[in-house]
Amino acid sequence: MDYGSIVGGIVQLIKKAEIELPSDVVKALKNAYDIEEGIAKIQIENILKNIDVAKKTMRPMCQDTGVQTFFVKIGVDYLYVGRLKKQITDAVKIATEQVPLRPNTFDPFTHKNHKDNTGDYIPAITWDFVDGSDVIITAIPKGGGSENMSKLVMLKPGVGIEGVKDFVVEEMIKAGGNPCPPTVVGIGIGGGADLAMKLGKTALLRPVGIRHQDKKIALMEEDLIKRINQSGIGPMGLGGKTTVLDVHVEKAPRHPASLPVGLVVQCWADRRANMIIHSDGTWEVE
Amino acid sequence: MEYHFDIPVDVEDIKKLHIGDIVYVSGTVFTARDAAHHLMLEQNKIDIPFDPSIMALYHCGPLMKKNKDGWKVISAGPTTSGRMEIFEDKFIEKYGINLIIGKGDMGERTRKTLQKHSGVYMSYTGGAGALAADSIQEVRAVYWLEELGMAEAIWIFVVKEFGPLVVAIDSYGESIYRELKKNENILLSKG
Repeated sequence: MDYGSIVGGIVQLIKKAEIELPSDVVKALKNAYDIEEGIAKIQIENILKNIDVAKKTMRPMCQDTGVQTFFVKIGVDYLYVGRLKKQITDAVKIATEQVPLRPNTFDPFTHKNHKDNTGDYIPAITWDFVDGSDVIITAIPKGGGSENMSKLVMLKPGVGIEGVKDFVVEEMIKAGGNPCPPTVVGIGIGGGADLAMKLGKTALLRPVGIRHQDKKIALMEEDLIKRINQSGIGPMGLGGKTTVLDVHVEKAPRHPASLPVGLVVQCWADRRANMIIHSDGTWEVE
Repeated sequence: MEYHFDIPVDVEDIKKLHIGDIVYVSGTVFTARDAAHHLMLEQNKIDIPFDPSIMALYHCGPLMKKNKDGWKVISAGPTTSGRMEIFEDKFIEKYGINLIIGKGDMGERTRKTLQKHSGVYMSYTGGAGALAADSIQEVRAVYWLEELGMAEAIWIFVVKEFGPLVVAIDSYGESIYRELKKNENILLSKG
């Protein structure tokens, strides 16, 4: 097992996420281009041009290369779990120089910049266990402008799912052009406060255009897309038909007294990339 | 309407602009985010090592790379302008700014101050950092890099045909965002 080869692979993963958008997002943006007019169309045109320039010149599409965020699924039969955290952290430091990434980690007390995109609890990694011997790492670098529009609310259970929908629509209207619409919205319902937010972020891992398998949740997603897009906020908040590219909802059981809702907003640069590490140390980035 | 202007832009040209117009600018811009606004408001005007009044203010925290020839712009789209709302009225007045480039809504204080001093706020496509970087021809200087770091430092760029910028707040007190809010308020009251 070559420690460095896997670190190199994770650098590739970060680079891919920063430079190239997943095809599902590009497809949704192209659909938006087809239906928009005037200023809104110009915004989407700029976005599509930018995606091309970034890919051709191998540069990060946005100067805000985000907080380095990873979701890791560890196959329970993978033998080198103990190295993974350090391998990801080392890769972030190398990627900061090589990709490059903007140094985005400030100490909240001293304002000191760590300069390598690491620090206490950062990179932010969510661990999970799955069957088998492969490790799947998803990189989802998260920009500050969209993250700033994220919200947690502890609703009264009596307001029900209609109350959840009203909260989401209202918050997305208040957010206006700030999170760089057209956005992708992740919503976590249930659990405790922390789990609701985590589910909201996890919801962003689902490709754009894919509905939840549970029919009633899928209907809620469709209703939210329609209502948010009716706001007319449009691309970059300058008016238009496309305010969200998609809305993804995930749920967990709730406490009888609680109805937590975690709203996580992702900009149009819905950056995601995956890496699979096999038990023999070989890997692929896709 | 579409306009192509050299910076600085005089009052006569500013007055031609109305919300929804498309503008391309060429000339010198300086970047400033929260920390730079705060710092420049604290400093004496005389101690500022460049003349902001002949440049456009660009809300941007660029991604830069230093090589042997100096600094190179990698990606440099706009940052969320709403964060600067708490500083902008004083900033416009202190430094004689009449062109602001950013993204997202700016509020009432900025709108009124731009009206009073004949300035405009123009929106560039957020996240289009690689594309924006291609309009930057030269990195002329950087100030407070050590103190503020790459994203918050003040960078002086020379841009060519930077755009399309959308006039979002004009010198007549009109704002695209204010117009849209009327529709949004109707929706919210229904909810």
